[in-house]
Amino acid sequence: MIPEIGQLALILALCMALVQAVFPIAGAHKGVASWVALAKPAALGQLLFMTIGYACLTYGFLEHDFSIRYVATNSNTSLPILYLISGVWGAHEGSLLFWTLTLSLWTGVVTLFSRSVPEVMVARVVGVMGVVSVGFLLFMLLTSNPFVRLMNPPLEGRDLNPLLQDPGLAIHPPLLYMGYVGFSVAFAFAIAAMLGGRLDAAWARWSRPWTNIAWVFLTLGIVIGSWWAYYELGWGGWWFWDPVENASFMPWIIGTALVHSLAVTEKRGAFKAWTVLLAIFAFSLSLLGTFLVRSGVLTSVHAFATDPSRGVFILLFLSVIIGGSLLLYSWRASQIRSSVHFTLFSRETGLLLTNVILMVTACSILLGTLYPLVLDALGVGKISVGPPYFNSVFIPLTAPLAVLAGVGALARWKRDSGLSLARKLALPMLLSVGGGFALTLWALPHFSWGAALGLVLALWVLLTMLLWLKEQGGAAGLAGVFKNISRAGWGMFFGHLGIAVFVVGVALTSIYSTEKDLRIEKGQSYHLGGYDFLFKGAERSAGPNYLMDRGEVVVSREGEHVATLFPEKRDYRSGMPMTEAGIDAGLTRDLFVALGEPLGKDGAWSLRIYHKPFVRWVWLGGLFMAFGGLLAALDKRYFRLARKARLETEANTAGGKA
Amino acid sequence: MRRILVLLVLWSPLLAFANIEAYRFDNPQKEADYRVLIAELRCLVCQNQNLADSNAELAQDMRRQTYEMVQSGSSKEEIIVYMVQRYGDFVLYRPPFMPSTVLLWVGPFLIFAVGVGILLLFIRRRNQEPVVQLSSEEHARAKGLLDQETK
Amino acid sequence: MKKRYLIPFGIFMAIMAIFVLGLYRMGEDPNFTRNVPSVLIGKQAPKIDLPDLFDQSKTVSSSSLAGQVWVLNVWATWCPECWREHAFLVHLARNEGVKLFGIDWRDDAAAAKRLLVDKGNPFVAVGFDPESRAIMDWGVYGAPETFVIDKQGVVRWKKAGAMTRELWESELKPLLQKLEKG
Repeated sequence: MIPEIGQLALILALCMALVQAVFPIAGAHKGVASWVALAKPAALGQLLFMTIGYACLTYGFLEHDFSIRYVATNSNTSLPILYLISGVWGAHEGSLLFWTLTLSLWTGVVTLFSRSVPEVMVARVVGVMGVVSVGFLLFMLLTSNPFVRLMNPPLEGRDLNPLLQDPGLAIHPPLLYMGYVGFSVAFAFAIAAMLGGRLDAAWARWSRPWTNIAWVFLTLGIVIGSWWAYYELGWGGWWFWDPVENASFMPWIIGTALVHSLAVTEKRGAFKAWTVLLAIFAFSLSLLGTFLVRSGVLTSVHAFATDPSRGVFILLFLSVIIGGSLLLYSWRASQIRSSVHFTLFSRETGLLLTNVILMVTACSILLGTLYPLVLDALGVGKISVGPPYFNSVFIPLTAPLAVLAGVGALARWKRDSGLSLARKLALPMLLSVGGGFALTLWALPHFSWGAALGLVLALWVLLTMLLWLKEQGGAAGLAGVFKNISRAGWGMFFGHLGIAVFVVGVALTSIYSTEKDLRIEKGQSYHLGGYDFLFKGAERSAGPNYLMDRGEVVVSREGEHVATLFPEKRDYRSGMPMTEAGIDAGLTRDLFVALGEPLGKDGAWSLRIYHKPFVRWVWLGGLFMAFGGLLAALDKRYFRLARKARLETEANTAGGKA
Repeated sequence: MRRILVLLVLWSPLLAFANIEAYRFDNPQKEADYRVLIAELRCLVCQNQNLADSNAELAQDMRRQTYEMVQSGSSKEEIIVYMVQRYGDFVLYRPPFMPSTVLLWVGPFLIFAVGVGILLLFIRRRNQEPVVQLSSEEHARAKGLLDQETK
Repeated sequence: MKKRYLIPFGIFMAIMAIFVLGLYRMGEDPNFTRNVPSVLIGKQAPKIDLPDLFDQSKTVSSSSLAGQVWVLNVWATWCPECWREHAFLVHLARNEGVKLFGIDWRDDAAAAKRLLVDKGNPFVAVGFDPESRAIMDWGVYGAPETFVIDKQGVVRWKKAGAMTRELWESELKPLLQKLEKG
């Protein structure tokens, strides 16, 4: 019964989405107020039904209703409750359901918190999001229904992919989806502005906080994903340039460009056409990522082969949404007249250059990701494009970004003189180059150009940001810093600081990490990176839904105890062995031990040991950026706008009564 | 076990697990070469993994082959040639520079050059254009926006 | 409308065209992205010297088939598709006169021997390859895989996946006939 309710709820949600997609946009076009007014109830109705549908599937998981195929394939009775809840979004159908729920959630929130936006605009925004919703709901109902029943339900389900049985990966997809889907808000605002024919700075102002929040979610999602890969996959890597990762990274890069471009459009009225284009791209790449990775055109062909209708639907849907909006763009963008002037040395140029580089980077990643597919489809040959390629392209392209992050903030809007800018930047430049090289020479194990470059860039960002603080503080000094800088300003500060932290992490961990694979007997010890690792043996025991070998490794440094690590090797029901590394995390280094397999009968095991300096900084940098984005999204002026709008409506209604 | 292929209908990859080998090397240079090689060679039966990260048995055997060749004094290039002669360019995560990959390797830097070129052109043209006179209505709106800004 | 604003649309359509082409190729052959073409086609076949599955103190060698057209088949008992094609391989060996050389890959020797005793042995000789030595020389990455080698010792054909009657009739049989004549 419950699955049927869920099924019905999805159908009703589709009806609501259809209403939401058709009437508000048509009403806004024709000026029919009653149609425009349908936007809000339709959006909230869709949210309600989506929630019901989602609750029904969750209930199916919690109650072990194995008559639902999706539940039977992705859970069993011994699965801990956390993974029963996260199992809902653990595979294709459920993750689509979750995606759509997130979309209706964002839509609902936008309708509720957009009082400062004209009703017609909100109607168009909600309408555009409705169109996207219709696509997803149709896709789900026609090709990937999560509520499909089994004629002969099994007594026991299979298992949730053991990779997903981890708290990190339980929260990774929701964060990522909040980010992906959040970009639909900026997209919808951009399309709505184009539909309305008023492509001014207003849409940028309205959509900016939403975009920032979406970007924060996406940043957190990627950070968590990377962190999870690091400790769960057991190989100590934190980024693999996998198509799945690239699919989340490309929208992030474009989203970063969008966040910056929106700021310019809002403040200076410049780059209007460009910002619209970025909004379209960011969401398009989110869609592309969701679909193409989930459905396997890039990774495993199987999903399409078994059900070609999915592939056809996806391509049609993408063509309508992305193709349609790009056509609309080509029509409207040519009507934009820009009246903003700026010179070569100005903050606008800096931001534009940043945008160009980010765009080029995203394009390169797309190129690398799609290239094997292109060659293959054309029958020209079979190649693999992997980390060596991406690293050698990505690093030279993005290193200038760190330079710009410092210059951009210190350059004036509109017009600056090259000379005064150079004078201002001379000191930080000298200090960062000198400091970076000095640190590499004296504080690090051995000299490396890569590390020196990384430290120079990081110091440069740090110093220019401090200089920026000083400039903002003006004569009042420290007091002025706290008085004069808005939350958005602090957002920029922390966001850019995040770059510095991230660069340090990447440079030091990729250059100075050491690792060793070895055969080790009980009671033996190994010396690596200044630490002694003593192996005290491994024992067989049972977890809630798996068996495991659990090793014990005591780490000490010059005789002093540092940590005791318990690397595990688990065997899940589905027969997939999983390694759970033992990690001692630290700000300046991680110690990482992974258990291999027993060698011989005398209690010897193969063991992998890593010493990873500054690896935490990689994620710490991401967290800084996310924090910066959050501050920017919570800037006081958005609240002022909202309050003003509320006061106005209250005044209007009061006036109406009088 | 990460991302090993789902069983194909007509063909099975070799799936079994063994992942950490305790190889001893004659010198640190050989160990470094070995690490670079297994990071840049692809595990053929995996969805998208290098030899280093894979615990498929074939990857294990290919690691052993790499190890033996490194130990017996083969250079990195020789080992790469050995693998390519057997498995084709597909085995390399760093695609070789050849006619079909020109666009792949040059593309990013080409796009970069074009992007920056357009940008400079754009800024120059911006500066040459006469300032557009704002209509009084636009002016008022702009002022309103600015006022909100400075409040 | 200025043309340059159509550029993003153009790029998008180009990407879409790639996906359509990819999807179309997939419709033709669901495994096309997985099938790595052998680089050995048209090249001299690598020599196989492996321990004999039935008596590992002895060696079986592909040189015993030199000057003849022969077929190499890589199989193992852990590979379900190999069980499926086994009967057909036996049929090919007994009724069609195909000379099959087998490589038993990373397998349990006892189980492999039992399979051949129970279900028939289609192979002229079976090499036992627990460490993927010959496998790697031949660029094999899954099982079953089948190669055709001509009288000059050149690799002429390769297929990843089970041998079927269809495949035999459409590709392998005509090829073998041609090679026997040549």
